[in-house]
Amino acid sequence: MKIRVDPDKCQGHARCYALAPELFSVDDYGQSSVVGDGTVPAGIEAQARLAIANCPESAIEELAG
Amino acid sequence: MARATAPVGSWSQDFELLDADYIEDPYPIWDDLRQSCPIAHTERRGPAWMLTRYADVVEAAHDIERFSSLEVGVINTGVQPEADLEVDEPYGLPPISADPPLHTWTRRLILPWFSHTRVDGYEAMTRDICRRHIDGFFAAGHADAAADYAQQIPVRVVAHILGVPESLSDTFVGWVRDTLEFADDPDRNLRGQEGFGSYLIAELERRKADPGDDLISELLGTTHDGEPLADRLVLGIVALIMIAGIDTTWSSIGASLWHLATHPDDAARLVAEPGLMPVAVEELLRAYSPVTMARRVRNDTEFGGCPMREGDKLLMNFPAANRDPEVFERAEEVVLDRAINRHVAFGVGIHRCAGSNLARMELTVALEEWLRRIPTFRLAEDAEVTWAGGQVRGPRVLPVVFP
Repeated sequence: MKIRVDPDKCQGHARCYALAPELFSVDDYGQSSVVGDGTVPAGIEAQARLAIANCPESAIEELAG
Repeated sequence: MARATAPVGSWSQDFELLDADYIEDPYPIWDDLRQSCPIAHTERRGPAWMLTRYADVVEAAHDIERFSSLEVGVINTGVQPEADLEVDEPYGLPPISADPPLHTWTRRLILPWFSHTRVDGYEAMTRDICRRHIDGFFAAGHADAAADYAQQIPVRVVAHILGVPESLSDTFVGWVRDTLEFADDPDRNLRGQEGFGSYLIAELERRKADPGDDLISELLGTTHDGEPLADRLVLGIVALIMIAGIDTTWSSIGASLWHLATHPDDAARLVAEPGLMPVAVEELLRAYSPVTMARRVRNDTEFGGCPMREGDKLLMNFPAANRDPEVFERAEEVVLDRAINRHVAFGVGIHRCAGSNLARMELTVALEEWLRRIPTFRLAEDAEVTWAGGQVRGPRVLPVVFP
């Protein structure tokens, strides 16, 4: 599983970081981005899906792959 | 506490946010409106539209081309800004009452003060504030959970961030209530604006002579396009942080405690499962979202089939959106472990509440500290709970007992 954060949609709610801190980092201005290349380590796919489902801006997407 | 307002005959054509019944129990009114007339209208205090469906609220919040933030108050105050205001000077409470480009760069000035990292640093202080206040009433076995607790916390955290004395907390709370809760009362509204204005102007001057490590001092030392920030701009930003950072969070803490006082099973569950707190906090934010925000229609337009005129108000009822059954299963219930919860309590789009990290931390800590000392509590016998509403909804009197 691989995910990305759309930087144009992200408004810094930080729900993703709260739900899956291993997968996202948030800068001083609230902008979220994926850690590394966005590959979700085995075993925490459920957290990634929760982050996708809870983002108020629908800014996180699962990449086809 | 609600003032008398003319009775509402039709909520779809004549809504009134300060109606006593609406403030007390808005939920059935929202449910009716979402089904029968999801974009309500009123001519009270000028033409205004109110969105109650999640999809409409989210669309409007993102549509900054058609809907301006120059007017975010849901109630027209009737209080005029000072006559000597220079038109080319930034005005209002940026970034909340600004559109890009002013919004963009003023928001970037304050966001780092409310980042995750910074907010983590405010947690111990917040916990201490909560504990001190519980210590003050614990032995009595009863308290006003709104006035003695919820109301006392955010104002002190904000005072710390701004570097203003905690001892003035009651004064700050008074000005915030004058500004928001009594927006329809010109005398009180003016008192709040003037209170903030004169106090903060003096604080600015004091820091120019003797800067500290607080947010006000940092803003005074900041430049934009090579120029120091105008005093009026700093004043607006600081006033915004006080106004938006105090009443809102206090309302959320109070409403959450009201819920737990009246739903002992939920209180018991949170005590038994402390790990549930982060998810539960999101659910309490959803179910008791305090804030409704307005926009100003820029030009004549149509939205959801409604003809909107230039200058009309457009109210984004985030609390109603967060109880929309189209988006949330069992929307009317508090489901503490609700896993999928894309609520918009902090707004959406470019005006997402800049203090949302801080508010979440304060709400979490306030509930944790309360439940740690007072795991079982209920409303006092014959308790007369009162709520304030309009821009920000939350309990103002909340007598509880924990014998």
